[in-house]
Amino acid sequence: MKREKLKNLIDIKDLSVKEIDDLIKVANDIITHKDKYSKKCEGKILATLFFEPSTRTRLSFESAMLRLGGRVLGFSDANCSSTTKGETLGDTIETVSGYADIIAMRHPKEGAPAVASKRASIPIINAGDGGHNHPTQTLTDLLTISREKGRLDNLTIGLCGDLKFGRTIHSIIGAMSRYKNIKFILISPEELKLPDYTITEVLEKNNIEYIETNDLEKYMSELDILYMTRVQKERFFNEADYLRLKDYYILNKKKLEKAKKDLCIMHPLPRVSEISTDVDDDPRAKYFEQAHNGVYIRMALILKLLEVK
Amino acid sequence: MNIDTIKNGYVIDHITAGNAIKIYRLLNLEKLDLVVALITNVKSNKTKTKDLLKIGKLIDIDLDKIAFIDPDVTINIVKNNKIIEKKKLELPERLINVCKCNNPRCITSTERNLDQIFNLTDKENKVYRCNYCEMMLEKDKFLY
Repeated sequence: MKREKLKNLIDIKDLSVKEIDDLIKVANDIITHKDKYSKKCEGKILATLFFEPSTRTRLSFESAMLRLGGRVLGFSDANCSSTTKGETLGDTIETVSGYADIIAMRHPKEGAPAVASKRASIPIINAGDGGHNHPTQTLTDLLTISREKGRLDNLTIGLCGDLKFGRTIHSIIGAMSRYKNIKFILISPEELKLPDYTITEVLEKNNIEYIETNDLEKYMSELDILYMTRVQKERFFNEADYLRLKDYYILNKKKLEKAKKDLCIMHPLPRVSEISTDVDDDPRAKYFEQAHNGVYIRMALILKLLEVK
Repeated sequence: MNIDTIKNGYVIDHITAGNAIKIYRLLNLEKLDLVVALITNVKSNKTKTKDLLKIGKLIDIDLDKIAFIDPDVTINIVKNNKIIEKKKLELPERLINVCKCNNPRCITSTERNLDQIFNLTDKENKVYRCNYCEMMLEKDKFLY
């Protein structure tokens, strides 16, 4: 059954391939004609409700709304909200629905944005829920791949690092699996391998070719995209496991010797030690462009959800 | 062993051996003022052994709960000592407040007054996933 219009963005699967293509088109237009969009959201308010700390995502949402001429309110820590007084998420959301026109929320609990969308009378954007979903990061990644490679199909994509808890990894696999001739090289230590259900329910179900390895350099020469991720301390219950795994992969100039000349190196940031700073001036390093693209795709998304033409 | 036949009620037949007690508990039958016979390890032609559950009153029963535990059961509806209907069940598409999500990172672990909802995502392998965090339902995490 076809959905009438997009009300919220909770999961990247909420968007059809055509809707993603349209958002990328608008984002590209914003990049070329920034002035055209500078007053599109005048009089509109974005609430950024961050129950878990984040710098990049929150600032990119705020920057997106400010660049559209709108205004922003919110909090960046659950300790600054009524959650500390025992208020439920549902009550917080219902209240804020009267203060703003659209909400971007991050929450440590998985599924929190889905709960919020049931209580809100305004659009909800999931800005990350635990290790579950982070759809605007995926949109940012898709915009970056599309701009750097000129296509979203016929790509060999290396995903490296924490494939178990990395929400950006799960989302990008789901999104890219809908495009033709995609091959994944899944590079991780044994303990951080992609969950079995993602392999059976996404990769195998869609007949997507994949290889699992723990060797970062083995398939380097085949890659069109190398997507590095951070081993996230906050996802571990046991600090000893985190310390053992955090420096498992470190990408440096030497490891890139066999890589293609047009390889696109991506990272959702923040990085800790998984990409050596000597890679930063390599023209194939695109992670800062990727972070900048996040603002433009979020601008496109806000326009779509607020139905601003 | 002699168990009296029932005048009005249900005879839930062809229950996989060991499952009758789960159905009994999930339907909260111990809290109702009813005659209930729970018979386990009965010899059966179809399978080696089966369980049987007889409920001595035509109460409202949640068929989804029974189907979730054992979709292959037959439910005989008895009225005035006669079987008036034999029901076959199918795996329910959605389970509401039947099981509990075991993921400590799931919003259901902290948010009050939230229904525990699971959706059937793979019928062939009987896989249910949490409606919120999408974690696979672990076996026997029932809300009794």
